[in-house]
Amino acid sequence: MGKYIIKRLYLMVLSLFVIMTFLFILIRLLPFHVAGAPGADNDYALILREAYGYNEPILVQYGIFLWNIITKFDWGVSMQISWLTPVSKVLFDRLPSTMYVNLFAILISIPIGLGLGIFAALRKNKIEDQIISVGVMLAISVPSFVTAFLLQYIFYSKLGWLPAIMTATDESGWFSWDTIKSIILPVFSLAVGSIAGFTRYTRAELTEVLTSDFMLLARAKGLTRTQATINHALRNSMVPIFPMIVGEFISILGGSLIIENIFAVPGVGKLYLTSIQKLDYDVFMFVSMFYVVIGLVAALMVDLSYGIVDPRIRIGGGKAE
Amino acid sequence: MKNEYNSIPKEKFEFVSQENIRFDQKFETKPIGYFKDAIMRFTKNKGSVVAGVILLLLIAFAVFAPVISSYGVNEQYTQYQYLLPKNKMFEGTGFWDGTKVKDASFKEYVYDNSHGAVVEVFEEYEQSNPTLMKYYKYRFDTYKRGFLYVTLEASAYQKLVQYENDNGIQIRYPMLDTSYTTNARLLLMHKEANYYYQLLPDMTPIFDNEGNIIPIYKVDDITGEYIYEEVTSTSVYRLRVDYDQYYVFQYGKEPLYLFGSDSFGRDIFARLGSGARLSIALGFSVALINILIGVIYGAIEGYYGGTADLIMERIADILIEIPSIILLTLFQIHFAGKIGPIPALLFAFVLTGWISTAARVRMQFYRFKRQEYVLAARTLGASDGRIIFRHILPNAIGTIITGSILMVPSVIFSESILSYLGIVDLTASDITSIGAMLNAGQTSLQYAPHVIFFPAIFISLLMISFNVFGNGLRDAFNPSLRGVEE
Repeated sequence: MGKYIIKRLYLMVLSLFVIMTFLFILIRLLPFHVAGAPGADNDYALILREAYGYNEPILVQYGIFLWNIITKFDWGVSMQISWLTPVSKVLFDRLPSTMYVNLFAILISIPIGLGLGIFAALRKNKIEDQIISVGVMLAISVPSFVTAFLLQYIFYSKLGWLPAIMTATDESGWFSWDTIKSIILPVFSLAVGSIAGFTRYTRAELTEVLTSDFMLLARAKGLTRTQATINHALRNSMVPIFPMIVGEFISILGGSLIIENIFAVPGVGKLYLTSIQKLDYDVFMFVSMFYVVIGLVAALMVDLSYGIVDPRIRIGGGKAE
Repeated sequence: MKNEYNSIPKEKFEFVSQENIRFDQKFETKPIGYFKDAIMRFTKNKGSVVAGVILLLLIAFAVFAPVISSYGVNEQYTQYQYLLPKNKMFEGTGFWDGTKVKDASFKEYVYDNSHGAVVEVFEEYEQSNPTLMKYYKYRFDTYKRGFLYVTLEASAYQKLVQYENDNGIQIRYPMLDTSYTTNARLLLMHKEANYYYQLLPDMTPIFDNEGNIIPIYKVDDITGEYIYEEVTSTSVYRLRVDYDQYYVFQYGKEPLYLFGSDSFGRDIFARLGSGARLSIALGFSVALINILIGVIYGAIEGYYGGTADLIMERIADILIEIPSIILLTLFQIHFAGKIGPIPALLFAFVLTGWISTAARVRMQFYRFKRQEYVLAARTLGASDGRIIFRHILPNAIGTIITGSILMVPSVIFSESILSYLGIVDLTASDITSIGAMLNAGQTSLQYAPHVIFFPAIFISLLMISFNVFGNGLRDAFNPSLRGVEE
């Protein structure tokens, strides 16, 4: 196991390095763009660019960039979004909003998704199952922005029950009623997709487990259907679902571009978009790398959690042990 | 024993049956090939067939909508903003005829009624809050723009008068004389051609004894006739026209928006057709290119194996780790200006899109390349290319078809996201995208939901039917499901 983790980490760092080089070159080749943030000083910006080595050949630039990261974790400063703030601070400031919304979304989607999936599997091919299947198909197919518009139109424009966009959290605090009310729509828009994903996956796994031989044995030795399902089928069907949950939990760090944009959630996804619109290259680079790291870490954790949830799965072992 | 057979005389041999040479009996059933079997299985699945039909209709819409529509994609008619969907066949029914039911105050009702935009009044009621005011509930025709001031050159003016006389239509209406008031606010209001009647300073209309509004038409002091034009500078005329008639004169057609118009008075029907064309064309071409690359790459990886496989797999591994959104964004920033936003989009999709196909093909090659029939083919002298394409690849065709048909909706989805977010900027080109339309309609979601409704419905239907169709196809082509009927 340890050996396997080390090997995976090594591969991860390698991919990360290659992707970072690729991104760095593509971004640094972009045309020069003078600062435009509030309080920006163009002369100062030019001096700063000189200090960060923007005028050197690209490989030297990359060397300086890497050296700054390794020695000081300095990824550069924002020149457009927030004048001279280190980009890592720019991003980490936005992290709480993203996590806040995503956490709620995942907390409602796991129980609902698993519940619907289990229900559908137990009623396989009956009318309830078919209704759920159609619902899942719709939820997966309909683009998230359409869902978001629909929710906004019904609950804001027509009924007027909920605010259309998220209330800024600085004034009212995280857990005030206003804030919670304002994130209901983004949370549900986010959750629809993952509920459908969980439902579909759980149903598929559970139906497979329910027809396996050990379930017959469980029934034969005298367990009721409920006992057999809860004690044997559910636990076994969780083997591939648990890693999926782990993956979802890690990806709460990365914000959804669309939902954050529609509902004005001041999070990472919104920052990514702003950095493109304002051509704040250092921020763009850092947010991109952040997304890459989340993706890689999530994939690694998913693989590792297979071994944790089911010891029979030997990850990375040789042909025989 | 052995020798006994050697000495059988020749005469003893005879043909079994010289007249009726027997053959194996022919099968009476027709052979069912792989594709035929798949199609049979597919047609059994009613949902997928329906989805396929809807898909065909949507594609037909994309092909024909821009042709049918009399409007161009970027044709703007700023006077006709947010017109509701209208179909000639539904005229007067209250549904899909460009009208809506409106609750409005007395002032607004008189305003709408004065230029003929009120079709039918349902009720008249009073609301005491905040002051005692009359309210009206009526059907409002969004296609009645009313009056407008236009400025014309002398020649164009002559043409207009000629047109009026030829067709017996009144387009010009008298100019206004605002001398009845000196109130600055009212004078400002009368700059709008639709306020052609006397108002009180609080904008309430003034009525005469019979309860009619009092027009403030400009009258020639000497002749006592209405004045229809103002000469602003040398031979440039300023007129007050009935815009709906004037539009017919100017463009030779009546305003008619099947799906309504957007904030610039552009036809949503034509724009949606154009956006649908882009989405579908992009989706299919990306899928096609990705299959080509993926099949060749995967075939080489899988067939040759060893070092080639190892190196090629590492490349694919790293490429697939790059989040596609970042790649798409970077390609847009870099290349949109040089080669156009759509080619840039295409390249970005192709750069990593082939990997999943390649992985599937590679797996199939590993499964089949050690089989005896491949060995037999090689022994008979078949070249590598022949073995790859004639003997092994057909095994992977089911997975390739399935994977590629499901690739189309994902490309369409990504494209709509990017243009929705404005990362792909199509404003400079003469096509549009569904995502861009959604973005434009978002601002008017509250008061003009039809702008966003049609693109949203279209893309949802497209995604649903593609997914259902693709899943049906997967079940039909996936040999592992053979015989497993639920």
